[in-house]
Amino acid sequence: MATSAVASHGHPPTTTGLDHRKVAIWAFIGSECMLFTSLISTYLVYKGRSVNGPFPHEVCNPPQCATQLKPILNIPVTSVSTFVLLMSSLAMVLALAAVENKDKPGWAGTGPWGRALASSRLWLLMTAILGATFLGFQAFEFTSFVHEGLTIRQNLFGSSFFTLTGFHGAHVTVGVLWLLTLLAIDVRRGLGPKDALLVDISALYWHFVDVVWIAIFTLVYLIR
Amino acid sequence: MATAATAPALPHTGYKSENAVWSWLTTVDHKRIGALYLYTALAWFLIGGLEAVMIRIQLQGPNGRFVSAETYNQLFTMHGTTMIFLVVMPLSAAFFNLLIPLQIGARDVAFPRLNAFSYWVYLFGSLFMNASWLIKQAPNGGWFGYTPLTTLAYSQFLNIDFWVLGLQILGVSSLAAAFNFITTIINMRAPGMHFMRMPIFTWMAFIVQFLLALAFPVITIALVFLQFDRFFGTQFYQTAAGADPLLWQHLFWIFGHPEVYILILPAFGLVSEVLPTFSRKPLFGYPVMVYSGMLIAFLGFGVWAHHMFGVGMGPIADTLFAVTTMLIGIPTGVKIFNWIFTMWGGDIRFTTAMKFAIALVALFTIGGISGVMHASPPADLQQTDTYFIVAHFHYVLFGGSMMGLWAGVYYYYPKLTGRMLNEKLGSWHFWLTFIGMNLTFMPMHWSGLMGMPRRTWVYDAGQGLEIFNLMSSIGAYIQVVAVVIGFWNLIRSRRNGPPAGNDPWGGPTLEWSIPSPPPEYNFAVIPTVTSRYPLWDRKSPELTRDVPHTREGERAINVDVAGKHVGRIDHAIGNPPGAPAASQRVPTAKELGIPMPNPSIKPLFVALFMVLMFSSLLLIHKDKTTLAIAGVITFAILMTLSLYSWLLTPLEDEH
Repeated sequence: MATSAVASHGHPPTTTGLDHRKVAIWAFIGSECMLFTSLISTYLVYKGRSVNGPFPHEVCNPPQCATQLKPILNIPVTSVSTFVLLMSSLAMVLALAAVENKDKPGWAGTGPWGRALASSRLWLLMTAILGATFLGFQAFEFTSFVHEGLTIRQNLFGSSFFTLTGFHGAHVTVGVLWLLTLLAIDVRRGLGPKDALLVDISALYWHFVDVVWIAIFTLVYLIR
Repeated sequence: MATAATAPALPHTGYKSENAVWSWLTTVDHKRIGALYLYTALAWFLIGGLEAVMIRIQLQGPNGRFVSAETYNQLFTMHGTTMIFLVVMPLSAAFFNLLIPLQIGARDVAFPRLNAFSYWVYLFGSLFMNASWLIKQAPNGGWFGYTPLTTLAYSQFLNIDFWVLGLQILGVSSLAAAFNFITTIINMRAPGMHFMRMPIFTWMAFIVQFLLALAFPVITIALVFLQFDRFFGTQFYQTAAGADPLLWQHLFWIFGHPEVYILILPAFGLVSEVLPTFSRKPLFGYPVMVYSGMLIAFLGFGVWAHHMFGVGMGPIADTLFAVTTMLIGIPTGVKIFNWIFTMWGGDIRFTTAMKFAIALVALFTIGGISGVMHASPPADLQQTDTYFIVAHFHYVLFGGSMMGLWAGVYYYYPKLTGRMLNEKLGSWHFWLTFIGMNLTFMPMHWSGLMGMPRRTWVYDAGQGLEIFNLMSSIGAYIQVVAVVIGFWNLIRSRRNGPPAGNDPWGGPTLEWSIPSPPPEYNFAVIPTVTSRYPLWDRKSPELTRDVPHTREGERAINVDVAGKHVGRIDHAIGNPPGAPAASQRVPTAKELGIPMPNPSIKPLFVALFMVLMFSSLLLIHKDKTTLAIAGVITFAILMTLSLYSWLLTPLEDEH
């Protein structure tokens, strides 16, 4: 649906005046809330129930661990990746604004900065790069955890942590692919105000995934 | 009896008579997709019924030896799973597809190709799950699949894998359909079709879509955990690793109880259409019917743990869930009384559809009352896991959902096919179903209270259980006869039934204003709606005197057809100015200049590759991990490519 160009004439106007795709993406996001609620709830229910380490916030001493293990969550590094993801939402907003206002006289300012601000391609690319950077941080985090002895099979913490953050990472991956697809369309034929809806629904999805990460970062990383 | 050759011709509906098979594979028409859902679900109804009959043969006498214990486990698991996920939900989906656009005055659903995708996922997913019979490893852990029984330690073979992956696949179908129908109902209502003028079936369908959208993600996650435990060695359900033994039960029933209302509310909606038509009275208390439907759905998310009184959650949790459960009795009771008051003083016609609808009111009340009984934890502790529970949920799901769905089939078959069903065969079908159903499930109340446990394949003689089980089995055999008659009626009437015309029953809502079967574009002119009962306003205004009308909607409004202004139309229902009468040839969409979506094979391919992707995971348990990963990646890529090809193809030709 995302890119099918529905001829608008010949169809009665929608009841709400909104495009079908906009209504559907909200229904989808509502459903996704329940998906992540289930994942986050399970993580919280299982918090502190692992019988062996490594643990998220606590030192693991023998006999629970063969050797002493330090807390595994790296809050400073994850704070950086969280910042990166939050900035991607800003870039997304600018991408949507650039598409919506493309033909508006005076929108593209003078000078290189002004033109850059009005470039939907730049901001779509920037959003995708920031999203991919977040995924890079996650790949780094996962490999270092595995290196420190935390796998998805290790304990309840490992199972619920990797599944929760892995599901979120998969959502970010889908978002990055979506953004790159939009970028390809933009490069090929240019996205203008009439295509704003395509960017709008991807932005809704992107912001939702971002908001979910704020919940995960707070509940998993920050709260002990 | 009329033969096919002499059967009167139906109005031509404007479908191109190209290659028939190809046109069904590529269809994006909501009516044809509804028909596909209907026929597929009825086929699975026969399979699920066969499983039930085998269960009853086994339990006909003490210590039966018809099937082994292992086969019995597979039979009752697949009977439940089939009837819930492959029969009642898709039958409801058949009516959602057929009716929602017709009732709200739309030309199709919001996303026609996504709609086709939902159907193909359902078809392939159901075939996948039942393919397990071919290797004699059908799911055997009950339809609720409790852990740790279903973890790898206790179920080493592929049985549970088929179940887990099958339900994941079917969940995709339901979720996609839910987003589609939510959008359709919110966004495609005809002018004047306010929410409080929507036909009550559409209202119940609307509520059910929210239940689907909010409940299915929870079972998805519960199944993901189980899938990961079984395939990748995670520890979600491994109690030795500290896992909560109740996690599965909580997640499952947070989905499972709303699921109960997903199964019953569409049937409630159907009888709420049938009862007013055949009582010649508006539905009693329409707004309260809508609000009680919402309340049932809302409370449905707060009662899940009443399925778990047996595990010992403690007095506070037990009390809370007992109270919320009993609360649901109030809106449900409201509905029962409203149906009775709808019939009260009405000009009742006992058609087959009406008989099935009245049967729902009676039988669901019995099931509802036994439901309130085990809402009380002390009573439930005596009844849980006995045949009393089996009796209860068959009264609500068979006496409720299936009776309502049969009422819908008899009521809407003429609209779908253009032919009337035979009322005499219908009467036999109904009475044998009704008698057989009660003979099967009523004695289970007694055998259950005497302590006969569920899900056990044999019972000993001399405990007083023989007579009840024999009665149940005889009842099941009577139902077989009923099903044979019902299916014969469906098949023979398809060609030989008398033509239905637009409005065979004198129905009040928009779907009866157009030809049967409806033309591909449904409405030549998008109708303007002035009350809840637009057709009665026009044909029998005395019936709708007391129904609120708003003045504003009665004004003539400007109507556009296909971008061309065709003028002002009063009560614009039916044919455009100058169009031929309904009994003659119906103009095609092209002649009217109505844009129609192009057929597409792509949703089928996306669905097929998705199901193959899930199926590849089975190879992991055959120690072919590399092949499994290769399969998953290959089919994921093929699925993505098909999806891109679908999304980049416009729905309609450019104009």
